[in-house]
Amino acid sequence: MSWLSDDAVARLRDVGSEPDLSATPYGFVGALGRGGMGAVFLVEDSRLGRRVAMKVLDLPDRSGALEARLVREARVLAQLEHPGIVPVHDVGSLADGRVFYTMKYVEGRRLDEWAGSAASLAERLRLFEKICEPVAFAHSRGVLHRDLKPANVMVGPFGEVLVMDWGVAKIVGGAVTESVPAPAASAAPVIPASDSKSSAATGDTAHGSVLGTPGFMAPEQERGEVGQLDSRADIYSLGAILKFLAAPASGGKIPRRLAAIIGKAMSEEPQSRYSSAQALAYDVAGYLDGLPVSAYPEGIFERAVRVASRNRVAVVLVLAYLLMRILLIFWRPR
Amino acid sequence: MNKVVFGLILGGLLGIFDGLTSYFTPAVRAQLLGIVIGSTVKGIIAGVLIGWFARKVNSLAAGIAFGLGVGLLLAFAVAAMQPGPDHYYFQIMLPGGIVGLIVGYATQKYQSGPAPARA
Repeated sequence: MSWLSDDAVARLRDVGSEPDLSATPYGFVGALGRGGMGAVFLVEDSRLGRRVAMKVLDLPDRSGALEARLVREARVLAQLEHPGIVPVHDVGSLADGRVFYTMKYVEGRRLDEWAGSAASLAERLRLFEKICEPVAFAHSRGVLHRDLKPANVMVGPFGEVLVMDWGVAKIVGGAVTESVPAPAASAAPVIPASDSKSSAATGDTAHGSVLGTPGFMAPEQERGEVGQLDSRADIYSLGAILKFLAAPASGGKIPRRLAAIIGKAMSEEPQSRYSSAQALAYDVAGYLDGLPVSAYPEGIFERAVRVASRNRVAVVLVLAYLLMRILLIFWRPR
Repeated sequence: MNKVVFGLILGGLLGIFDGLTSYFTPAVRAQLLGIVIGSTVKGIIAGVLIGWFARKVNSLAAGIAFGLGVGLLLAFAVAAMQPGPDHYYFQIMLPGGIVGLIVGYATQKYQSGPAPARA
């Protein structure tokens, strides 16, 4: 008897996990990734002749709660039309009854992969500003993402940003309507502390009544205060993303004004955080442009240094002029 | 405020300051008023020209080079018009050139949006 090779086992596993698309107009192309509750595949839409991403529930779901959540995610996404939010194309069921939805296939890199590149701090911060835009839009429509983290942000080849995985989004009012009930909190166990740690290590979204990713989750979210959550929980996550982006580009020492912005966004108390994603983005833009930021009250000397460094050429020119004038005063031709 | 007006004001102010510094040159102190007026007019002309250029060409390097050129040229003309054997080319052209340079930089950096479209 001969054992199957590791490659053969991996191949069998892949084939086994391929979705049965016979009842759909889609053809399987390949696997793209695996999220908290489902797998994402690259499929070809035979009707339109284009490739789309298909998210399929791949966990046992006797209660139907996860299925309801997937459909709910698709519906929430469908109502959030924004260039920074991946659009949903279709929703349906596979031949085996599993629910799926298809969305735009985004060619690019996840933010955590992109951050490994040699992008400068300024490039990272400009990208961060783009992340704030769809989040602010979703908040304006009464939707909280609740799982913002680098793995849930895609960066396209032209620097475009798409916020992904709205599976644990919460609707807190506004224009978006929720026609499918969210899963009951008791449908899945609360994650124990040990699970929480492993999630932090892997960056995976934790399941249960505590939804989100440790390290990127607001303290009140981590405590399971679901009813208390508002847009400031996402602001905390954005602050954590900002820290994630800024730290490597700053050689471990984040500039003081930027650190103050991160500190404000990640304040323990929600009321101490930025009131909106726009306000956070505004401060980051101000930091980049050498303007004052609300998170950092500066002294006169610091203000003078900032203004001078922002107008370095002008300062040099004026100093050169004054120096020349002084020299001419003391210089006497023979 | 558009770039031409901005250049005019900045050029004029720097011209006044530039003229006033001749107070520290005893040989020309008696003609201080005339120097200040002349320097101001020169600064205004340079400012308007440089501001006009900044409206047409959006380039910091080109703006600075143009400002330097205009400043030097006008200062040369002023120095050449000086009566007497001493024309003070160096003392007039050096500050004139730097003033032109500063105005060239400032008019390029100064952000004035286009006039809003009207229906």
